[in-house]
Amino acid sequence: MTQVAIIDSGGANITSLLSAFERLGVAPELTADATQIRGAERVVLPGVGAARDAMSRLHTANLVDVIRGLAQPVLGICLGMQLLCERSAEDDVECLGIIPGRAGKLPVSAAFPVPNMGWCATRPTAPHPILDSIESGDHFYFVHSYAVPESEYTIATARHAEPFSAMLGKDNFVAAQFHPERSSKAGARILSNFLEWTV
Amino acid sequence: MQFRNHRVVGDILDLAARYRDEGADELVFYDITASPDDRTVDRSWVSSVSRLLDIPFCVAGGIKSIADAEDVLHKGADKISINSPALADPDLIGQLASRFGTQCVVIGIDSNAQDSDWLVYQYTGDPEKTQSAQRRTLDWVREVQERGAGEIVLNCMNQDGVRQGYDCSQLAAVRAVCDVPLIASGGAGAREHFLSVFEEAHVDGALAASVFHSAEIPIPQLKQYLAENQVDIRL
Repeated sequence: MTQVAIIDSGGANITSLLSAFERLGVAPELTADATQIRGAERVVLPGVGAARDAMSRLHTANLVDVIRGLAQPVLGICLGMQLLCERSAEDDVECLGIIPGRAGKLPVSAAFPVPNMGWCATRPTAPHPILDSIESGDHFYFVHSYAVPESEYTIATARHAEPFSAMLGKDNFVAAQFHPERSSKAGARILSNFLEWTV
Repeated sequence: MQFRNHRVVGDILDLAARYRDEGADELVFYDITASPDDRTVDRSWVSSVSRLLDIPFCVAGGIKSIADAEDVLHKGADKISINSPALADPDLIGQLASRFGTQCVVIGIDSNAQDSDWLVYQYTGDPEKTQSAQRRTLDWVREVQERGAGEIVLNCMNQDGVRQGYDCSQLAAVRAVCDVPLIASGGAGAREHFLSVFEEAHVDGALAASVFHSAEIPIPQLKQYLAENQVDIRL
């Protein structure tokens, strides 16, 4: 059985994500095959780029219902987190609707540049196995222009001009707005927690 | 990290690992010979660096086309930085941004104080080819943002290599017209210079090379010092 399937809908650059799992001793399968994704122990939904492109690629690959139906641990990363939510203000596109919430554009100002690109202090706000050994104030590497506001599904928060969801959790789905694969030791910890998480 | 193509890859990987372990927040690899010689970098090292690093890194030098950028990004770089090619063909900025997203597109600007203004220079990798780009720095900063730059690295040439501190007044002037992340470059010689540039110019990051290569300013101590002085920084 595939230990970790990374959903390959095209477009996303997942070289660094693959390397991060390899450093943890895991060799993920990059796949768009529904059977392989359904059968994987764990599934990662990455994403870089624009929401509409990413959603249309998932539709084209017939993966929308596949992802909605997954029961194993699933981790959405960056745009992948926004795709797990209901809508994105980027192109005003309907997303997967698995986690309640809508991604909105970050407000622009010279004091808070957009894209928000860099290391942000992050604070866990709810207990979750993915946050094991993560402390308040640990920094993670963010690259985004859209963010999901805080909600009851927020499990970690960070600040730009306004607070936003750094991580979301609902049932077997978790999601990170930051890039764990480029967030040094704290990021590696999130990935190793994900590999140990059982639902 | 500045290097010319003949530098062996092992050196680059050793340095990358050292900076990763010392707590650098991001690495920039400059092939400073690329643009003046009208050729591109040998990029096999990008994949090796990507496997090694758990922090973001940017590749600068010789990226003149969508295909160049795609090659670098697919080998695992998080960003590409373009400088002279953006001046030669400003449309390239928008093409890169729409293909890869603004977050990947860093514009490097070499700027020099002149007659109470700041002017952009190009082909600065080779002193004999360095020339004025016939543009005001503040105009170019505005234009590259409109065209899709996701980050600007401003290298203040009048300060570069002299270790007298970043050019905080120029950086503050650029900050005032820059809504994307702004990285200061050129002039770092003491830890106080880093603190000043964050406090006075409100930059998002400070780049340095020689003081880190020589270990004159150890990165862990620098970050501790900045944190003690209320700069929000990862320790």
